[in-house]
Amino acid sequence: MSTSLRPDWQVQIDERGDLSVNPVSAGLGRREFILLSATTTGGLLLGWRMPVIAGEKSTHPATTQLGVFLRIDADGGIVIGARAPEIGQGVKTALPMLIAEELDADWQRVRVEQLPLGLVSKADSPSGVDWKFGPQGAGGSTSIPDAWQDLRQIGAQARWLILQAAAGAWEIDVSELKTSASQVLHPDGRTLGYGALAAAASRGKLPGTAIALKEPGAYRIIGRPTRTVDCADIVTGKAIYGIDANLPGALHAVVARCPYFEGTLESYDASEAKKIKGVRSVLVLPGPQAAEPITANLATGIVVLADDTWSALQGRRALKIVWKPGAHSAESSAALDAQCTRLLAGSGQRVRDDGDFDAATAAATRKVEAVYRIPFVSHCPLEPQNACAHVEADRVRIIAPMQQPGGASRIAHQLTGVDRMKIDVQMTRVGGGFGRRLSNDFVAEAVLISKLSGKPIKLLWTREDDLQHDFYRPFGHHQMRAALDADNRVSAWAHRLASASKYHRRPDVKPEDLWQAELYPDDFPAAAIGNLRLEWFPVQSGMTRGSWRAPAHTANAFAVQSFVDEIAHAAGRDPLALRLELIGEAGERAYAQHGGPVFDSGRLRHVLELAAQTIGWGRKLPPGRGLGLAAHFTFGGYAAHAMEVSVDDDGSYRIERCICAVDIGRPINPLGIQAQMMGGTIDGISTAQALEITIEGGRVVQTNFNDYRLLRMADAPDVEVLIVPSEKDPAGAGEMGIPTAAPALTNALFAACAVRVRSLPIGNQISAALSARRAAAASQPGSS
Amino acid sequence: MIKFRVNGKTVRHDGDVSMPLLWYLRDHAALTGTKFGCGIGECGACSVHLDGAVVRSCLLPLSAIAGREVTTIEGLAPSEGLHAVQRAWIEEDVPQCGYCQAGQIMAAVDLLRRKPDPADEDIAALTNLCRCGTYPRIRKAIRRAATELRSKAAES
Repeated sequence: MSTSLRPDWQVQIDERGDLSVNPVSAGLGRREFILLSATTTGGLLLGWRMPVIAGEKSTHPATTQLGVFLRIDADGGIVIGARAPEIGQGVKTALPMLIAEELDADWQRVRVEQLPLGLVSKADSPSGVDWKFGPQGAGGSTSIPDAWQDLRQIGAQARWLILQAAAGAWEIDVSELKTSASQVLHPDGRTLGYGALAAAASRGKLPGTAIALKEPGAYRIIGRPTRTVDCADIVTGKAIYGIDANLPGALHAVVARCPYFEGTLESYDASEAKKIKGVRSVLVLPGPQAAEPITANLATGIVVLADDTWSALQGRRALKIVWKPGAHSAESSAALDAQCTRLLAGSGQRVRDDGDFDAATAAATRKVEAVYRIPFVSHCPLEPQNACAHVEADRVRIIAPMQQPGGASRIAHQLTGVDRMKIDVQMTRVGGGFGRRLSNDFVAEAVLISKLSGKPIKLLWTREDDLQHDFYRPFGHHQMRAALDADNRVSAWAHRLASASKYHRRPDVKPEDLWQAELYPDDFPAAAIGNLRLEWFPVQSGMTRGSWRAPAHTANAFAVQSFVDEIAHAAGRDPLALRLELIGEAGERAYAQHGGPVFDSGRLRHVLELAAQTIGWGRKLPPGRGLGLAAHFTFGGYAAHAMEVSVDDDGSYRIERCICAVDIGRPINPLGIQAQMMGGTIDGISTAQALEITIEGGRVVQTNFNDYRLLRMADAPDVEVLIVPSEKDPAGAGEMGIPTAAPALTNALFAACAVRVRSLPIGNQISAALSARRAAAASQPGSS
Repeated sequence: MIKFRVNGKTVRHDGDVSMPLLWYLRDHAALTGTKFGCGIGECGACSVHLDGAVVRSCLLPLSAIAGREVTTIEGLAPSEGLHAVQRAWIEEDVPQCGYCQAGQIMAAVDLLRRKPDPADEDIAALTNLCRCGTYPRIRKAIRRAATELRSKAAES
């Protein structure tokens, strides 16, 4: 399915949530089709669909099939449909704000309702369907930029209809009228509320062309700090998440999945499980064939179906299962490290090679090299995976917490053969995403179990299931090399990455393209250094991998931003000055990966300088204190972190101050952006400090939050978020707050105690290094 | 058969008393505001009050609560009203995904019952997990609620 991120670019989001960006050929564009009707109680109803290709004949579905995109009731109440999945990124608030702004609505009278997945038949598209409400995914920080292109027009068209109705009622030219907060204003001071005009407006005729949008100076809702729309329901326990949904007569399902990568079922005995009161049946759920693409569920499993969750869990505990490890039974974290070292000693796939790296290195006056290690990590959204599904002969119902509901519909079709128009996909609030729910493997399981059992199913994963069966953030070793010339300037740069590509067991990815998920060739410092080489080495691993919030940016920004610091220290240069030199003069450059087509170095310079200035970069600090910086461009957004840390003699450390400066274009909801940056920063710190998924014997070692220790209140710093005012089109906000948090922290730690962390997580490396330093000092002759 | 009270109402349970309270609330009492996060008492998403003190309901068997009073997020405030802590959560716009917040609120109410004027260390001692990283706003909301509750207490 495709959607437009920028007018002249098209982003493809595949079923696993991966994004690729392609220029759209001339002549293709998008035209909005807005459909108008009346409600039974005399209100105005706007829905729409949006063909991808202009010039296509509109195939309006019957009005009765319309989801409510915008409804204005006779009493002035306004309901706005929220199309994107709400995973905590705030789009259920921010997207309706765009509609409400152009409608000139009274935000206090707006109620937001989650739309279901909306698809319409489209015979000539490869999938046979098209979006009914526009794109409905949460991935790649695209919801806001997509909505900026199309949702404002919905509000503008509705306002136009209201104005026409008011002009008719007052017999006045429409150009004489103004609106404010759900009121039409007559020049003589009279007013008419939108509710009073809704019935007449619903009998009007849409203009048939795009309406001119507001000048930004007139914005009353866009840019105003706005609280999250579901907050009252959340704090009273009324908000419905996937795990709270149910289907009539549903059996509770839990699955014991094979813990070994590509392992198989040897044998099982369910006789004890079936004796548990409430257990109804036990089924075998086949998994994907070893090494084959994963297009549905992740692993083979034994399903226990029961009357309630507790019976199902007890039944699962009573199963006796013998699993057979697969081809990866010898895989371990240590073996993967050794594999990386071996690979990096050879030569890999050169994916960018500017100038002459070898010649520049040969001519260097100084060389710097370092290897950074990025561990596998898990998404672990706090709401574990779950799904309700009911497969019948000619229809399927699904309710689940998803990031890609369109993918859930496609998988259900693939597994059942039921027409996609007969697959009903309901979206709930989602208890965290972080990329985990771009995959619909848990939806596939629920669909398969319902199909196998013939019953409606309520599937629950436990935390152990979730931590041991994930699409983990890829592991890798980043070998960085730089050469400095006689002027102490960086003359050559190499980034050699051995990683287990995120593109793993996917259909239609060629081996020569696996690197594309791992290195983004136009990232900093490309273009600024003439002799630049990016080289990739494929690590073989049975671990399933996927998109983890800001995907490869978290790994690459750590390696690159740590290395710039190391170069600065090696060359005796100021880390801020060197960063600014490498970013180069302010200007727009081509950026062909997601977040492009333009990378504006001036905007990156600005957030870096802002963060540095705010933390007081360059000031003298007491011993044991240090400042660290990092800046990065992620998916159209520019972010920089500046941190001040204090390190005690025993190696314990504290973040004393944490600044996050961000430029994501025009801020839609500053309160939401602040939350995303604060949360992204804390996610970045939490992951950098303590999180790693390790492997032993071809399976994941960690089982729950007792051995995968997320950061808690005591370690969460306050985060000062600085939002750069901007007139540029908005980018999303979900991911840019993460990549620079880890390197800013480790750079600050180095500044404080001269210990360089090159392997994440930080764990006890600081205390170990300080205690080794003390031991070395004590063994020196003459020490006391 | 055991009897206990949930949000002020007496309930009877004839089934398995080894069932953790969490699953009773979610599957049998239709009180889904209390969330499942880990099942081992680590994350606190399942926090409820037992006789007024916070407990993690995922590890608490029904056999342990016979005759006792359970309060869930749904019963924290009288119907249509809000507890001062809930109001503070809205004022500070605490939630992101919101999944942990019922548990966070139950823990915060318990903290303010024990320590009406909590020190920073008292707030830092809360161990409920928030995967979205709302901790800074939780701290602000707790301080806001504490101020409101203390001024109310001073009035009465």
